[in-house]
Amino acid sequence: MTAAIDTLLQGLLLGGLYALFATGLALSFGVMRMINIAHGDFAILSAFLAVAVVAGLGLNPFVVMILVVPAMALLGYGLQRLVLNRTLGKDIMPPLLVTFGCSIVIQNLLQEIFSADTRSLDAGSLGTDSLALGGGVAVGVLPLLIMASAVAVLAALQYLFARTRLGRAFRAASDDATTAQLMGIDNKHVYGVAMAIAMAVVALAGFYLALRANVSPSEGPARLIYAFEAVIIGGLGSLWGTLAGGMVLGVAQSVGLRLDPGWGILSGHLAFLAILVLRPNGLFPKTRDR
Amino acid sequence: MSLLSVNNLNAHYGDFQALYGIDFRVEEGETVAVIGANGAGKSTFLRTLSGLISTARDGVIFAGQSIGGELAHRIVGLGLAQVPEGRCLFPSMSVEENLLIGAYSGRPGPWNLQRLYGLFPILKERRNVPATMLSGGQQQMVALGRALMSNPRLLLCDEISLGLAPVMIKDVYAALPGIKAEGTSVVVVEQDTGQAMRVADRLYCFQEGKVALEGAPSQLSREQISLAYFGV
Repeated sequence: MTAAIDTLLQGLLLGGLYALFATGLALSFGVMRMINIAHGDFAILSAFLAVAVVAGLGLNPFVVMILVVPAMALLGYGLQRLVLNRTLGKDIMPPLLVTFGCSIVIQNLLQEIFSADTRSLDAGSLGTDSLALGGGVAVGVLPLLIMASAVAVLAALQYLFARTRLGRAFRAASDDATTAQLMGIDNKHVYGVAMAIAMAVVALAGFYLALRANVSPSEGPARLIYAFEAVIIGGLGSLWGTLAGGMVLGVAQSVGLRLDPGWGILSGHLAFLAILVLRPNGLFPKTRDR
Repeated sequence: MSLLSVNNLNAHYGDFQALYGIDFRVEEGETVAVIGANGAGKSTFLRTLSGLISTARDGVIFAGQSIGGELAHRIVGLGLAQVPEGRCLFPSMSVEENLLIGAYSGRPGPWNLQRLYGLFPILKERRNVPATMLSGGQQQMVALGRALMSNPRLLLCDEISLGLAPVMIKDVYAALPGIKAEGTSVVVVEQDTGQAMRVADRLYCFQEGKVALEGAPSQLSREQISLAYFGV
């Protein structure tokens, strides 16, 4: 019984990390109708950036995170304005191909600079601290922190979309880009801001990943698949669905892992396929006209 | 000086030329109607004024400023707003959010939510309903209100009677005097010639991308108009 609760809890908390990975993807699809194939690689890039800065300046990882997240946001804005905006149009292929190219460039750059070795960030005692919940069940402080971050990020984005002027501009540009211009909305700028936010969140995800586990330069695409799965399980266009999707994926993986150490990743994919069969629109579909 | 003066304006869709040498003006406080058959270039003309279709800089002079080919999102802030053909409400937003997004440009002026709800009380009742759940006439009120929220000096209305029942057309057009009372000039594009002639101080008839006729409705005969309209 204790083992079952423990497995479930670990899976749910892992879902927080997956939700952070998935949020940026959901955001760029939601606002720009664009799929960023390099999304996972940007997470890994942020992780290595943090590793390099920690090694170079000897700063606390959390201080470095405060530097890396805005730096990645800036990169995201620049990338959207200078490159990705030019690929947007009726055809969905150009953004796919360009971000696929980004993915290859990032992986190779990271391998060139950092070699193919895995790296991680040292979380200090935070990495091993745990909170006893009684009955022999304990949860790690770091996974809790990650989950809390995911909830905070999603709540902030939910507020942004529902209540603010910028959020309305996001939705207007997503609904009808031409009419949005007639409202005075500069779509190109709005897309840049959306990508900046997406990149900031994925940078946070990459940072937490490096605190929890070893990261290798070539694991971006694997992270992208988990993010995709979380988005699809949760339902396209639903922010909180992303967290639910991440949790389903996390629980499936930790249950699989408990049954057999080789089944963790596989059972995550199987859960994804099962949801696709049973609820093709995801758990919390947001039906829209388009 | 005219509020809007359009001089020898040409516009293209790719290689296809849609407008040929249009001369057009709107005085401060005036209501001008543009009529013409399908494909005469009326909507293209409004889209060019709003910056959605590019043209020569000096082709459009608004409030003393050359704005031809200016980016669409900058033109709204100068006081030129458009109610697009087919309403184009944002489906993910409620009635009130659609109105609020109209104020995105932040232009100061007399219009705000309260004033608009005074103009269209039914919208206040339904303000939290998704905009696309409303009836056609109410949707058109939202589209009109959304454009007013930018406090325009010149309001361009593209076929606001399209697809509406006659009684709804009356309701929508009933808002026009209240809009004009704020000093706003209005351009209405209509296929319904009778409606256009009732509201307009002056009228332009477009035919195949050119101005075929111009004048005050009272001074134009039916024969002149049908000749300009159908070109036969």
